[in-house]
Amino acid sequence: MSMAANPTFDPRAAPAAVFERSPGYWTTVARRFMRDKVAMIAAVIVLLLILMALFGPWITPADPYKSSMLSRLKPIGTDGFPLGTDELGRDMLSRLMVGARLSLFMGITPVLTAFVIGSALGLLAGYAGGYINTVIMRTIDVFYAFPSVLLAIALSGALGAGIFNALLSLTIVFIPPIARVAESVTTQVRGRDYVEAARASGAGAFTIVRVHVLGNVLGPIFVYATSLIAVSMILASGLSFLGLGVRPPEPEWGLMLNTLRTAIYTQPWVAALPGAMIFITSMSFNMLSDGLRTAMEVKQ
Amino acid sequence: MLLYLFQRVVYTLPIMLGVALVSFALVHLAPGDPLVSVLPPDASQELQVQLRTLYGFDRSYPEQFASWVWRALHGDLGTSIATGREVSGEVLKAVGNTLRLAFVATLIGFFFGCLFGFVAGYFRDSWVDKTASLLSVVGVSVPHYWLGMVLVIVFAAQLNWLPATGAGPGGSGDWRWNWEHIKHLVLPAVTMSVIPMGIIARTVRALVAEILSQEFVVGLRAKGLTDVGVFLHVVKNVAPTALAVMGLQLGYLLGGSILIETVFSWPGTGLLLNSAIFQRDLPLLQGTILVLAMFFVLLNLLVDVVQSTLDPRISRS
Repeated sequence: MSMAANPTFDPRAAPAAVFERSPGYWTTVARRFMRDKVAMIAAVIVLLLILMALFGPWITPADPYKSSMLSRLKPIGTDGFPLGTDELGRDMLSRLMVGARLSLFMGITPVLTAFVIGSALGLLAGYAGGYINTVIMRTIDVFYAFPSVLLAIALSGALGAGIFNALLSLTIVFIPPIARVAESVTTQVRGRDYVEAARASGAGAFTIVRVHVLGNVLGPIFVYATSLIAVSMILASGLSFLGLGVRPPEPEWGLMLNTLRTAIYTQPWVAALPGAMIFITSMSFNMLSDGLRTAMEVKQ
Repeated sequence: MLLYLFQRVVYTLPIMLGVALVSFALVHLAPGDPLVSVLPPDASQELQVQLRTLYGFDRSYPEQFASWVWRALHGDLGTSIATGREVSGEVLKAVGNTLRLAFVATLIGFFFGCLFGFVAGYFRDSWVDKTASLLSVVGVSVPHYWLGMVLVIVFAAQLNWLPATGAGPGGSGDWRWNWEHIKHLVLPAVTMSVIPMGIIARTVRALVAEILSQEFVVGLRAKGLTDVGVFLHVVKNVAPTALAVMGLQLGYLLGGSILIETVFSWPGTGLLLNSAIFQRDLPLLQGTILVLAMFFVLLNLLVDVVQSTLDPRISRS
């Protein structure tokens, strides 16, 4: 008597009927994220801003650097200048579009760099523990003892104005918080049974970190880092607003806001436009990061 | 409790030394001669050496650091290169102005933050919650220097209700709590309060929602306690964290007031820092950063101590 005679015991047919392959973690996260309307709107805005940053210079209606003494500080809705002109008669719409490039670059780069350096420091401190942990984490505590705005401004003030110095200062500001998160997540993961099992089976420290630790810590650190982009946008533009970041005549929203400050009595709403762009950008990044965090809180 | 207090203080000391070292080192990151802003281009070699000795720039870094810390402990932060006045006096005067602004802003932020947070936490996922949550995201996302500009445009330039800049009709030295002075405080304080409002609202909302879902609340309700009674229990559980966040926010505002003070020409530490940076006045820069950072460290310590008094579970763990 063969097994095939009894269909309920067919080993080939049974699994397909009973089990459905459960979606992986990232598929679940993506699905949850797509269902979050607010996060999706924010994602679309961020995507548009990034496209504007990439292609801005080729799609502007006018030359963003061309000034004209005759058409200074025109109001919003002027013929030929849909969003008015700035204090040198340059087209605001074009400048805001081209400004996306430097503003986003100045806001995102420090967080990315700090993500790499801070994660490395936190992983090292969390995995090595002991003496190395003490040295790294106590040094980080010192930088953490400064309010972030003060540290950013003090550093770039001491180093002098300029794009590179502003990026450097902001990176230094964001390393401590990221390293702290990385350290605490790594310490948690290090104590898990699977890490112990890998060690017992003879895996070296490098292999354990690469195979078992990295994949489990980078997600939470990344989500935390995305929440810093909004702060970084505000701070980076703030540095330019103070005259410590981007220098004229480059279009950058913080700098534009600064040079237009004198116009708040003559053309107030034109003067406020660059700040509105910073606001929209930082708000979108905040909502995107919130959505990402909620979507990733999946109980496995 | 006493042991915890002792541990916290001992832990803070090396941090303070580190903060002093960073504040000192910051200034020496600066490229160029620290005396370049005061020395005339044709200064004689003799005068240069004389000034260098006067400010102590001729000695080695460790020596300079040691003597700077030693004098700072005695309340002497050196003399400003640009104005020739005592740095400690300048900083103290500015700290008073900033503290007043930051304190009022924190109170406004705390009040509205708690209000929004409680309402949102109580009516979770309703439209009230969504509106309150949106407001708190706006609070943490808005570039406050831009918000300040917008408020100046609306209330000073357009409506002409409030003054746009300054700390009073007669400058900054003679602050009084009357309307003539307070109306200068309104716009900067409201601008500044938006950040703590957003952060406190977020914290309180999460706490309230968490506490309301706990079993002891169900127990209290089952026991027949009124809504007001339950509310008081929630307040009691939220208070330690909310107060701690408020304390830290005061510290952040104090250190981060430079952008708002620049917008409103408010004569505080931010404006002082701004002029120190652009005049390359290193002793003043160093001193202001040190005082602000130390204040932040001490505030952190104070917050920890107060929090552990309110909630003894913290010092026991």
